[in-house]
Amino acid sequence: MSIFERLTRIDRRIIFCTVALAVIIPLLRPIGFPVSVSPSVKKLYDAIEALPPGSRVLMSFDYDPSTMPEVYPMNFSIAKHCFKRGLKVYGMALWATGVSLGQDALEKAAKQYDKAYGVDYINLGFKAGGIVVISAMAENVVETFPEDYAGRSVGQFPVMKGVRNFDDFDLIVDFSAGDPGVIQWIMIAYGRYGKKVGAGCTAVSAPAFYPYLNAGQLVGLLGGMKGAAEYEKLMDYMGTATAGMDAQSVVHALIVFYVLFGNAMYLVERRRSRRNRL
Amino acid sequence: MSTTLGVWIAAFLTLCILSFLYKDNPFYKFAEHLFVGTSAGYWAAYYYHNILKPNLYVPLFKEGKLLYIIPLALGIMMLMRLWPRIGWISRWPLAFIVGTYAGYNLITYLQTNALAQVKATLTPFTDVSRVILFVGVLTGLIYFFFSKEHRGIFGKAARVGIWFLMVAFGASFGYTVMARVSLIIGRMMFLLKDWLGVID
Repeated sequence: MSIFERLTRIDRRIIFCTVALAVIIPLLRPIGFPVSVSPSVKKLYDAIEALPPGSRVLMSFDYDPSTMPEVYPMNFSIAKHCFKRGLKVYGMALWATGVSLGQDALEKAAKQYDKAYGVDYINLGFKAGGIVVISAMAENVVETFPEDYAGRSVGQFPVMKGVRNFDDFDLIVDFSAGDPGVIQWIMIAYGRYGKKVGAGCTAVSAPAFYPYLNAGQLVGLLGGMKGAAEYEKLMDYMGTATAGMDAQSVVHALIVFYVLFGNAMYLVERRRSRRNRL
Repeated sequence: MSTTLGVWIAAFLTLCILSFLYKDNPFYKFAEHLFVGTSAGYWAAYYYHNILKPNLYVPLFKEGKLLYIIPLALGIMMLMRLWPRIGWISRWPLAFIVGTYAGYNLITYLQTNALAQVKATLTPFTDVSRVILFVGVLTGLIYFFFSKEHRGIFGKAARVGIWFLMVAFGASFGYTVMARVSLIIGRMMFLLKDWLGVID
């Protein structure tokens, strides 16, 4: 068997091994590739930066553990940003699995800025119904979420004082891994009530949301691990997304190489078979 | 290295799943079946406690709100689908859901996903990106217009539309790769950081 034939018949497990190495080595020995901030991420950062201290930010944790590497870092960074700016944070979830992830992000971020549960932030928990829940809380937050994530009456928490409906929130940020998620928030919160909506989503769904950003229906958009790393850069700290971006870049370069290699081999093989026919 | 039992179990199951990349094996099968079983149990309990109990059981049987008999009846009618002979009954609650959802969302959906997008496309050509956007949308729509043969100027415009579509698909593919790689990075971070403790 010639070298060419061997190259066209590489065992897929060898390719898996090279991808595994391309992930593991940069994690063990970080390279430090620069992360440039895209306008869509900067817009969301600026929107939060523009809010005066004491403003209310509603966060919806619509993701699950399978998308945690992408969405959790952006959830944590934006929570950090809100607490740093002295904003009040109201968490909720249209996905049951998002409640504990969002609570974890809020608790860790709050700890860094000495913020207290019930005073500076609250987690309203999960409510089934997707778009119907958004519509209901647009009219009356307390009726929609009478209890927080741990089953305590929300009325007892000072942070809920003066919160009636969407009019009392200055910004809504949705962390989304699918449906219900960004589209529903845009449709109801922006479309019907004219609220400012920002979003952080998985990379798979990000291309679908750029038209909404372009149309001004979103104030900013974080797409996948890269979006999270960009936000970490704006917040001036190195989190899990930034740490993962080295591996991300190396694997992308490897995949580009394999795509080019595969196509080159295909062209060479086609040329050889044509020659053989002649 | 972690001293938490849960982390060791999670690491073992992660390796079991990853072992499928070599070939199908009993460890993978074990982890797969465990995942399916726990997921089914988790979601059954979740649906009962978060949906059925607060939205039907408590209002109807504890608080005595008789109006909730209607959703109970519709729910039972939906289950008729399990018996082919009377499966047609499930069409009634389905029709109710589709009708309600359509009525509730139609205008908002149209405004958000059609009118606002058209408005954003038809803006003054203040910079190159807006021109590209307009040309891309127009030629893309021409490509999907099949009532006229794709020949002449019309055909050339459709050809340009294909190029725009290819670029869009390429961008989508790139983002999809990024998402999938993020997942493996997440798992590797767990193994190297939480389990083995070799990275900070």
